[in-house]
Amino acid sequence: MFKSLCEKMFGRSLWVYHANSGGCNGCDIEVLNVLTPYYDVERFGIKLVGSPRHADVMLCQGPALRATAQALRRAYEAMPAPKLVFAIGSCACGGGIWHDTYAVLGPVEMVLPVNFYIPGCPPRPEAIIYGVAVALGLIDKKVAPVRFEQLKLPIPRYHPADLRGTDEMVVYEKAEKL
Amino acid sequence: MSLLSKAKEAIICLKAGRVTLGYPAEARPAPTNFRGRPIFDPTKCIGCAGCANNCPAGEILIFDVCQEIRVLHYLGRRCTYCGRCADVCPEKAITMSQDFETATDQIGDLQQHLELFMSTCQRCGRCFKEPSPLEQLKLKGYRADDLENQRVILRSEAYLGNEPVVDDINIELD
Repeated sequence: MFKSLCEKMFGRSLWVYHANSGGCNGCDIEVLNVLTPYYDVERFGIKLVGSPRHADVMLCQGPALRATAQALRRAYEAMPAPKLVFAIGSCACGGGIWHDTYAVLGPVEMVLPVNFYIPGCPPRPEAIIYGVAVALGLIDKKVAPVRFEQLKLPIPRYHPADLRGTDEMVVYEKAEKL
Repeated sequence: MSLLSKAKEAIICLKAGRVTLGYPAEARPAPTNFRGRPIFDPTKCIGCAGCANNCPAGEILIFDVCQEIRVLHYLGRRCTYCGRCADVCPEKAITMSQDFETATDQIGDLQQHLELFMSTCQRCGRCFKEPSPLEQLKLKGYRADDLENQRVILRSEAYLGNEPVVDDINIELD
């Protein structure tokens, strides 16, 4: 009974660990802003803890740097098993504005599996709360990929299904055959 | 003494009331100058790739997949919302929206993919967009494959007249 009560009471209270792997501190300030009484995120049960061993959620800010990728990975492995990773900010989501410099490996999903993305440079505190609410299942997400075709060619010369590649680089497979 | 101070503190707190925002339940609009997610308007875009050249994060990709179609692909994942693409766009096809609620569990949800129809230069074979609306109308009249936009321009006084159509452009007629 005690266990089921605990599961009911603490099932949705996430304890977050706040890991900056080389960001500019902008997202850190916004995350701390979220924890203030003005945007009181503790009403969702979210609490900042100091050690990854106590945490359920890791908030990643900053890209995966060559110097900090190992430490980030070790902090992730130190977290107990049901764990979530939030990528906060453009750097954590996609590598940021210095994604192609020598020190930056790329987004944090090159090092850890990321569950939720909160883009923004930095994201507003409201955006972070929105991401948390999406993760908790309180709201549905609003964004969807936009795809627009201005003209359907009557003779098929180009099939969007033949676009191959990751989201970093898109290659049309049959470009030479056209 | 300490009890009195606690009571004073309680009175101060009761006076202040509730300061916490009820954000996810109540809407909280962004301030007016806030730059949110850029929205690409495909009807205005001429495919000049100025946004792709000016994007500091390099995440607007432009490539030609065939002779008539140019693809503008906005990834959205490392966008810093600087608004340079909206500044440089000659047709004002990019607007920085107030939309900040972009949190998602799939990073691909942020991308925008526009397939723009481009005309073909009969000499070099590369794609271009007709620069002026007049030329767009002229070319649309002769396109046999585009039935929706097909229209015939019987007479255009603006083109035949000697006075310039636009003030700062002088069209030289033979």
